Amino acid sequence: MTLADPQTSNGDSAQDVAFDVDEARFARAQRVESIARWALPVIVMVLTVYAWDRVVTLNNIPHYVLPSPGRVMATMVEDWWLLIGSALVTLQTTLLALLVAVIGGVGLAVLFTQSRFAEMSFYPYAVILQVTPIVSIAPLIFIYVENRTVGLLLCAWIVAFFPILANTTLGLKSADHNLRDLMTIYRASRWQRLRYLQLPSALPYFLGGLRIAGGLALIGAVVAEYVAGTGGVSSGLASRIQEAGYRLNIPRMFAALLLIAAMGVAIFMALSLLSHLLLRKWHESAVKREN
Amino acid sequence: MTTDRTIRPLGERPRILQMVDVDKTFAGNVVALRRMALSVNEGDFISLLGPSGCGKSTALRLIAGLMRPTTGRIAWDGGQSADDLGVVFQEPTLMPWATVAQNVWLPFRLRGQTFSAVKDRIEEVLALVGLENFGGAYPRELSGGMKMRVSIARALVTNPRLILMDEPFAALDEITRQKLNNDLLELKAQMGSTVIFVTHSVFESVFLSDRIIVMAARPGRVIREITVDAPYPRGIAFRTSPDYAAHALATSEALSEAMGEKMELH
Repeated sequence: MTLADPQTSNGDSAQDVAFDVDEARFARAQRVESIARWALPVIVMVLTVYAWDRVVTLNNIPHYVLPSPGRVMATMVEDWWLLIGSALVTLQTTLLALLVAVIGGVGLAVLFTQSRFAEMSFYPYAVILQVTPIVSIAPLIFIYVENRTVGLLLCAWIVAFFPILANTTLGLKSADHNLRDLMTIYRASRWQRLRYLQLPSALPYFLGGLRIAGGLALIGAVVAEYVAGTGGVSSGLASRIQEAGYRLNIPRMFAALLLIAAMGVAIFMALSLLSHLLLRKWHESAVKREN
Repeated sequence: MTTDRTIRPLGERPRILQMVDVDKTFAGNVVALRRMALSVNEGDFISLLGPSGCGKSTALRLIAGLMRPTTGRIAWDGGQSADDLGVVFQEPTLMPWATVAQNVWLPFRLRGQTFSAVKDRIEEVLALVGLENFGGAYPRELSGGMKMRVSIARALVTNPRLILMDEPFAALDEITRQKLNNDLLELKAQMGSTVIFVTHSVFESVFLSDRIIVMAARPGRVIREITVDAPYPRGIAFRTSPDYAAHALATSEALSEAMGEKMELH
């Protein structure tokens, strides 16, 4: 406005202002939304923790029934090395299971797209494995598998591999039909077709599956730890929770639970970041629009 | 990689391929194409024109080797290799995850040639289609017309004996379409390419081609061939000439015949 020629701005000022008010309102709404996006969850958390603390203090609830947030944090600090050691054990199982799930899921998906008969033969069993609750399979696994670590991995893998398999299979099949024709015309080999067309086409689908699988691998690892019990030196967070439960050490149960949740969030965020980095140049889901 | 292909007059050009009595019947006894015969000579710009269901796209897919004739044969003079064809589809059909230059690289890449080995050729072709500064762009950053140019560059890059185009500009706006038609003729003049062009536009076919194959539906078949002997390069002057109008009229009449109608002349 300051730059406008005074002669013209006199006549048009009413229109200018009307236009600017709308634009300003829009810009303000955008600004408010971008702050609210992270501020609101934080406020909700602060309020919840405060309410929790008040309820415990005002009602004199004993800490072996419901510890105050302050006591949970104190336990977290006090038991930090014990808990973080267990967290690393669980994290290791989770990440290994996720890795094997990626290899197994993508490998099977590639096999399925190379051979319709392989897909017809084995896909139903992948579904059966997926829909059967892991808690009901895990006890059997620990009967037949001697090695505890292998048993844990197997359980976490069973839970995690299906979304990767299902999504990657869908992605491999979703390659543009004209591009497939083009590959035929240029006489691309099966391997070239896979490498240059099908795998890149499947990448967004695969990454979607991977994000789901990351959370599921953690769930699988924790469930398997519960079933496997507290035996052994290197026990994960689930074993810590069980152990603390036997001793009525409720604050430690909360602290361990907090760590599991934090780990789940961290895995999800890391995989979302990976997905964003791989797709930001070209895929609609990751590309920022200006308007 | 330069070409010394010169466009000789019709009738003196060496043959590239011929379709001999080609029939294509789909499952359920749908006759897509009956008794199609066509000789394609070097330097030809052939349009396949007709109503939908006349088998023009089927003919193109047969020539591309994407399907085989039920009876009859398609014979390439001197045999056929993977480098003989360039194809442009109705959609740009680019790989969204690859840059413009990487998309144009594809035909070379499938033959095992590294990017750096063919970098100069890729840049040359991108310059030919007017995209010299867009090699590093991703397809989503380009307009519809520019994407189509990339698609054309990919078809041209290996300097194939025959370029197949399946209604390549049908989805573009009229202004972009005319510009691309002009540029396509210029490219053809520069490279001496041989083109088979499927279209449903009379005016596009007359402007672009020296041979128009008019086809009819049910069953798909060729009913007439029209020769447009106006010399290349053709520009706005040809588009507004009586010669163009006469050819457009003749082609429209043939098309009406193909649709089983009588054309009314006013």
